[in-house]
Order: sequence, then C-alpha cells, then structure tokens
Amino acid sequence: MADTDLSVASHASTALKHHFDDSEQQLESSTLGMWVFLLTEIMFFGGMFGAYTVYRNLYPAAFASTSHYMNVTLGATNTAVLIFSSLTMALAVRSAQLGQKRALLSFLTFTLILGLVFLSIKYVEYHEKWVDHHIPGPGFHYAEPQYFHQAQILFFLYFAMTGLHALHMIVRAGLLITLIAMAARNRFSAGWYTPVEMIGLYWHFVDIVWIFLFPLLYLIGRTMR
Amino acid sequence: MSTTLPRPETTERPNYLNVDYSWKSWLFTTDHKRIALLYLFSITAFFLVGAVFAGLMRLNLLFPDGLFEHDTYNKFFTMHGVIMVFFFLVPSIPATLGNFLLPIMIGARDLAFPRINLLSWYIYIAGGLFAVLAILKGGVDTGWTFYAPFSTTYSNTHVILAAIGVFVSGFSSILTGLNFIVTVHKMRAPGMTWSRLPLFVWAHYATSLIQVLGTPVVAITIVLLMLERILHAGIFDPNLGGDPVLFQHLFWFYSHPAVYIMILPGMGVVSEIIACYSRKGIFGYGFVAFSSVAIAVLGFMVWGHHLFVAGQSMYASMVFSFISFLVAVPSAIKVFNWTATMYKGSITFDTPMLYALGFIGLFTIGGLTGLFLATMAIDVHLTDTYFVIAHFHYVMVGGMVLAFLGGVHFWFPKMTGRLYPEMWARLAAAIIFVGFNLTFFPQFILGYLGMPRRYATYAQEFQVLHVLSTAGASILGVGYLLPLIYLSWAWRKGERSSQNPWQAKGLEWEQSPTPPPTFNFDVPPVVTERPYNYSEEVEVGGY
Amino acid sequence: MFPAAASTAAPQVDALYIYLVVLSVVMTTLIFIAIGFFAYKYRRRSPEDPMPRAIHGSLPMEVTWSVIPFLFMLVMFAWGTKLYFENYTPPRNTLDIYVVGKQWMWKVQYPDGQREINELHVPTGRPVKLTLASEDVIHSFYIPAFRLKHDVVPGSYQTFWFQATEPGRYHLFCAEYCGTNHSRMIGWVDVMDPVSYQNWLAGGAAGVSMSQLGEKLFEKYGCITCHVTNRSGPPLDNVFGHPVQLADGRTVLADEPFLRESILNPNAKVVKGYKANVMPVYQGQIDEEGLLQLIVYIKSLSQTHPQARP
Repeated sequence: MADTDLSVASHASTALKHHFDDSEQQLESSTLGMWVFLLTEIMFFGGMFGAYTVYRNLYPAAFASTSHYMNVTLGATNTAVLIFSSLTMALAVRSAQLGQKRALLSFLTFTLILGLVFLSIKYVEYHEKWVDHHIPGPGFHYAEPQYFHQAQILFFLYFAMTGLHALHMIVRAGLLITLIAMAARNRFSAGWYTPVEMIGLYWHFVDIVWIFLFPLLYLIGRTMR
Repeated sequence: MSTTLPRPETTERPNYLNVDYSWKSWLFTTDHKRIALLYLFSITAFFLVGAVFAGLMRLNLLFPDGLFEHDTYNKFFTMHGVIMVFFFLVPSIPATLGNFLLPIMIGARDLAFPRINLLSWYIYIAGGLFAVLAILKGGVDTGWTFYAPFSTTYSNTHVILAAIGVFVSGFSSILTGLNFIVTVHKMRAPGMTWSRLPLFVWAHYATSLIQVLGTPVVAITIVLLMLERILHAGIFDPNLGGDPVLFQHLFWFYSHPAVYIMILPGMGVVSEIIACYSRKGIFGYGFVAFSSVAIAVLGFMVWGHHLFVAGQSMYASMVFSFISFLVAVPSAIKVFNWTATMYKGSITFDTPMLYALGFIGLFTIGGLTGLFLATMAIDVHLTDTYFVIAHFHYVMVGGMVLAFLGGVHFWFPKMTGRLYPEMWARLAAAIIFVGFNLTFFPQFILGYLGMPRRYATYAQEFQVLHVLSTAGASILGVGYLLPLIYLSWAWRKGERSSQNPWQAKGLEWEQSPTPPPTFNFDVPPVVTERPYNYSEEVEVGGY
Repeated sequence: MFPAAASTAAPQVDALYIYLVVLSVVMTTLIFIAIGFFAYKYRRRSPEDPMPRAIHGSLPMEVTWSVIPFLFMLVMFAWGTKLYFENYTPPRNTLDIYVVGKQWMWKVQYPDGQREINELHVPTGRPVKLTLASEDVIHSFYIPAFRLKHDVVPGSYQTFWFQATEPGRYHLFCAEYCGTNHSRMIGWVDVMDPVSYQNWLAGGAAGVSMSQLGEKLFEKYGCITCHVTNRSGPPLDNVFGHPVQLADGRTVLADEPFLRESILNPNAKVVKGYKANVMPVYQGQIDEEGLLQLIVYIKSLSQTHPQARP
C-alpha cells in the first residue's frame, strides 16, 4: 500500500497534479495521508500487541521461559542497526532538503544496507529457531514439556509479530530502492522531495515498532525465575 | 461491471462519461466518478449473489425439516453474510455515492489520491475473486463471524479462501477511508468551512475514521485465524492453551464499529434527501454532524455487548451495556432532527423522499430493538436468535439498503444525465417497504419465541412465521429487481435531466454541470452560504 | 408472542421485555405520527408555494430529546443489569448437574450417576446449577422457556442456574452455531414436581455415582499416589470450597474452574509449599466427562461443603 503513496507522489514530481491547487496543498495532503496510513499501521500491529498482552497475562511463567530461548545478542544488534538506520534516514531527508544529491544518494544507500543487515540477522535468528524446532506447528518441540502448549503460542506470536515487522522491512527496502533510483535520476530537488520525506516517516515508524518488539519479546521475561 | 455504457448523442457537452468510450479509459481511470461507477456495478453484482443465497435460505426455511442438506444450508447463510457484509454493505454507499459525490460536494476536482482510489477498486475486486473462488470450490460454513475454534480446527470447508477474500477487501476499505479523510481535510473549495460541509460529507468523514482505525484490526485477526488454521499452534484453541473468546474480542473490535460503517453513510444520504424535499435546512445541523462523529467514536467501545453470554466478566459486560446505551443517544438525535426538519417545510414525495421516510421508520425500529439487545438480561434470552437477525436487518437493509436506493435515485440524474421513471420508482419503493417488513417483522416474534439463528431445521411451531417471512422475501425480491430494470432502461432511454432537476442545494447540483465534466466544475467553485440554504431569505455565514 | 414461562427468571425477563416493547411502541408511534402529520400538513400544494422559512434548530429541544430518552434508557440499563446479575449468579444450596456439549449432542450427568443425552430432568422449586463444558467447539445452552442461555466455551467451565416453576416439557436448543448438525443439537427439558423427580431419580437405576466414577479415575491416573499415599502433592480433603494459599502469595477459592485448571495445567497456580513442574500436565489426557467426575469426587472429599454427596 505504501508504494502507492510513492507512485502518486513520484509522478507528481515534475508538475503539480491536476486536482491540486498548489504544491503546498499537495504536500500537505501527502503528509496527512501518510500519517493516517501510519495510524492504520498502528492499529494493525495493535491487534497483535493486544493478543500478546492477553497471553502474557495468562502465562507469565511460560513467557519467562521462552525469553531464554531468544537470542538477545542478535536482537540487541538488530536494535542498534535499526536505530542507526533511523539516523541515516533522517540525514538522507536532511540532504534532500538541502538539495545535496550525492549525500542523499549515499545516505539512502547506507540506510538500505542497514535494512538488509537487519533482515540478514533476522534470517539467522529464524534459522536458529528452525534448527531448534521452535517453529509453531506439527514439528514444534520445547525443552520444558510443562510449557509446551504455552510456549508454542508465544512462539506463534513471536513469529507473527516479527514476521509482520520483517514484511514491513522488506516493503520499505523496496521503497528505498525506488527512492535511490529516483534520486539517481535527479528527480528530487530542494523544492520537491516529498517521497523522501514520506518514506522517511514510514521508515521511522517501522523502527519504532521494533523498539517495542525487542523488549517485549526478548527482554521482559529474562529477569523472572 | 461488464455493462457497456450507453452512448449519448454526440451533441452533448463533454462530460466524464462521453470523453472516452474505450475499455481502457474505464479500467485505468483515475476519475473518482468513473471509479464510483465501477464500484457501483461490482457491488450490484455481489448484492445479487448475496440475494440469491438469501432466497435459497428462505426457501429452505419454508419447511421445518428443511429442503437442503444441513451443510448446504450452513454454506448458504455463511456466504450470504460474508458477501453482503464485506462485499456489499461496507463499500455500498461510501465507495459508490461517496466516491462520486464527496469531492464534488466539497468543491474538489478529485479525491486527494486518485490512483489509490483506483487501486482500492482493484483490491476490492481481488478480494471478491477470492470470495467467489471460495464459493465455486464448495463454499464456507463457519458463519460470517468465523468463530474459533470451529473455523480453525473443525470446519472442513474453504475457510482460508474466504478469509483471504475478507482480508484483501479490507484494504480497499482502508484506502477509501484514508482518501476521504485527506480529501475532506485538504481539498475543500474556498469558503467551504467545516460548518458548511454537507451532512453527507460529515457522515462519510466519520465512516472513514472507522474504516481506517477498525479495519486493520480485523485484518490482523484474520491473519491470526488463517495461521492458526494452517499451523494449529493453538492461539485460539483451548485444548492447546489458547483462548477462543479472544478471537471474538478481536473480531468484534472491528465488526461492531463496522456496523456503523454500514449505517452512517446511509444517514448522510437521508440528511441530504430530507432537506431537499422539505425545502429546508436540516434542523440542528451541528447536532446531526457531531452525532456522526460521536457514533464513530463510541462505536469503538461497545464490542463487548456481543459477549454477554460468552463468559465475559459480568462487570465488563455492565460497562459495555452502558456505553451501548450511550451510542443510542446520537442515533436518536438524528431521527428527531430529521423529523423536526419536516416541520413547516414544503414537502414533496418523490421517490428518494419515500426511501428516506422509509429509512427513518425502519431505522427507528432497528435502533430501538438494538436497545433490547443492549439490555443485558434481555440479551441473554435474545442473543443468537432470530430477534438479532431481525434487528440488524432492520438497520442494514431497512436502513442502509433503503438509503442506498434513495441515494441512487436522488443522484441518478447527476450520474447519468437522465431521469428515472417516477411512477415505477414509487411503485418499487412501496413494494420494497412492504416486502421488507413482511420478511423481517415476523422474525422479531420468532426470536422472542426462542427460535435460534443458523438453524437448517426447526420445531414445527415456528413454521407459520417462517412461511410469512419467506413470502415477504419473495415480494422483497421483486422489489429489488424493479429498480435494476427501470434504472438500466432509464440510463439509455430516460428523459434528459436538467442540471438541477430537484432544485436542490449543494455544490454538486448548483455549480457542477449534469453529468459533471471530468474535473467536476467548469468554473472553480466558491462557497458563500451555509448548506441547505433553501429559504429565500438571503443569509450569509455558517451555523 | 410469548413462549412458555417456566422459571423464576422468565416472568421477570418478560416484565422487562414488556417495558421495552411499550416504550418502543410509544416512541415509534410518536415518530410515525409526527412524520405522517408533518408530511400531510406541510405537503407542497403547488409548485408556486413559497420556500419555507429556515429553522436552524433549537438547543432546548435537542437537550430535551437527548435527555428524556436517555433517562428511560438508564432504567433499562439498571433493570437489565440487576436482572442479569441475579440470573447469572447461582445461589447457595443448588442441585448440581453437569452438562457436556459436543458436536452435536448434550450429555447430562447427575451426581447420583444417571446419565442422559439431549434430555434434562429437573425438579420444580429448587435452584439448579448446571456446570457446562464443551468437548470441541463453542456451543450455547439455551432454554427459551427459562429465558436463559449461556455459551459453552471449550477450555473452561461456565455456570448456569435456574429455578423451574412449571412442570412440563420444554425446548433445549444449541444457540451458538457449531457445525453441520447445529440445528439438531436440540433436546428437551423435563420439569417435574419434586415427588415425580425423586421417583425418576430412583427409577433411573443409576448404580455408580459420579464421585465413585471419579474415584476410579483418581486411581487410574495415579493421582492417588501423590495426593494420598506419599503426600508429595497437596492433600485434597476439605479443599473444595475453601480458600487456597498459592506459592506466589495469592489466595484463590478452590472452585470447579480452579480444580479443572489444576488438573489440566498444574503449573498455572501452584499451592504454597509445593513445587511447580512435579505434577504431569493432563491437558488432552482426560475427556470433559471424566474431568467432571474427578472434580465431583474431589468435591465429595470436602465434608464441610454443603453440596458434598457421597
């Protein structure tokens, strides 16, 4: 869905779209549209966080148990990677504002690389879970049999939440590639860089979701027991 | 969808219909008016499919022992519910009349994101195809509510296909809502202040809030449902430690607000019609406008009234019951204000007005019977009986479908440049009103007598009322077919309409040609007066 | 218009229903009369009629028609809530019967050992408490003549109580859609006067009571080893109906849901002085009927509990 925001905006790059009065109105519309879209995204993740809250209250002990099977080192590394990518994304927006094409290109590329690093680390983590039979479903196995069912639900939520997040990471990586291509073709100027700003917003949003996911899934139960 | 549009005489001035006749110009259009027509044909097709299932259900219920296999009947009511709720009612007015009129009413050349608007139609069609595929492959039998663990573990029908259909079409609804919100905020013509917005726009604004905030939750719930059905990891399965009632909470968190998606736009339509045919501004404009937003907001806090008998904490039920009564207040305010609008008016009874008056009457009954279900001790007896069926059909069909038909008649000249045949239209409105009441009123009685819903067979003593209901349904069916026929005829052969055949107020009638040109206005519109300024006294300013 | 009324709740629900119907009819009539009257009085007589004067609204009227209906609704709310709490809160000294719903039948067990399918025999004049469990999907136990229903949710016990008043045979329906033969998951409630009920019980040739069946399961699943023989688990005498101290400091009442959870998922609430992960998890091992028998047996070990039966 987000890529459509881009496509609308991208084709507007050279000229004002016919149905807007001026570029200010056009920019305001894009910005408001993006915020409304982010609101939708919050509700989207909100349903999952709701389910998480319910089960965490039902099975606190099993939660404590599962968090010991999360790879905190990789999770923490990924958190750092994302926070850093938010910085480079912000710098990219700033470069676009200042009309510095080279800086924009390099910051965007750097951000993209960080996004890909995140996804690679996530892949390693998922692979670990696969090897340990922690994928919910028929092959699920858990070292503490008394928590078998609860742990399976929690791993289900872990995969649903991080999986949805990873899907967003992939989408925004795709968006970033489009941005880089557009920037390379000199589509942006200090006067018009709406897509960079919009996708920047989206980028920060996806990072913020992770900032919530990391402590909830990896850290919160470790102090128990 | 496949209907070819009539080719008006070449002497006609250029408008959105005659600029281009190629199929490409329709399938790749970004004109909100053309997209509205694409939606109109699509939802009509889905309505017909849903109606066929309803007819088959009523046929089965003629006999206490039923006519079809139990499984077949179970699929009928499921597909009827899924199609009607997700593929007809939710997009019905917003995606057709809303899409067509909202930009014109606020003086914009198009919605803020025309491509997203087109995308939303394609998404809707994609979702619809999944639903159709589910039907063709043998159907679904879970009920439109998809309750776990039946849907996740026990049903052996095409739950996943239907769920994908609902999931996908949800995004079309989100995108429509997003587009409307941004458009109303940013695209209003000079002078179109918030207090001058037509009530149709207010209603759609409130609807959009629900679409944007509620739909994602049902989308994620359905994802969880599908994953659970595939993996059996137990998230909704009590045998594996899950909580089946959690599904109901998540589902109704969207699906109760969704019933307001299915009525608020209808209220917007009725406000326009009542004002026009009473030749008066809506009594208490501010209250009617604000009540739409109040309904949208409060609507998010009442979902628990679907769980009074599901083992929810009694104190939680009490709170949900109380807020459900609160939601009734803004609904009542609307009904009283519409009635008061007629006071000292100059009233005519053209077809749209007949539908609007029918709406007020039937919505009043639908709304009041909602109070029965909000009253906890009564709900214990009535929930999951035919009383509930009757109640929500009074709101959804007696309300939304009547408003939809009223709106389609009212703006038919705007959309097509032609007039519909008034006598046929009045006849159809009367038939629908009679058929509807005969179908659904007996169901209130059936419900109190204890007839549970979703029963393929039933006890002998309920037969008389079921036969009455089926008789009504056949009348209702005729009533639905009539507009389909004469409106199709009128589109080609109807008398040409002037720009403003009803002498109505509003930018869409007064400042936009009929049918509108692609960018809606020949001259950029400017608003200088309050809405519904029918009186001849010159007044400036908003409310 | 009204189904048979055969419980103490029924006339109360009917009274509230009549209040709602009267109010609705009055409201609907008022609105219809207003619409009809305005439609007639203010109809446009000729196209030359002048445009009517604008009326923008009236705050006093808005307040009036918001507040007055709301006051009537507050009565509905208060009355309905009070009745709901009464109808869903079982009194003491009930006659306990156990119901298991499964696709597509109702299995009823009496403490004395009678068992029936799709039939429920109850005496008049005595509060009856049903403990509802489901083997598979969600069902809903509905007796229109009592004006009561309750969902039967798998994985939990729901309780349902009533006091029948009129002898007779009444419908029993499943009200929550549960699959193919949902509409065949129906049965009868036989309300009998106390004497006939006693005769029916006696004629049932029950043989083995629920608690005896439960005792057998208690041995079969080896519960007896830890809870009685070597005392490595908490003793179960005089537990039911009493507060229990948990290891995490909480105190809970040992009722049916607690016993159920402690059998199926013993680590959820560990009793003070005992360790988690000692008792095996019985989730998926015992069917709902057996579980109820075990619980009835454990109840019978609690002498001070008034409902205890041998």
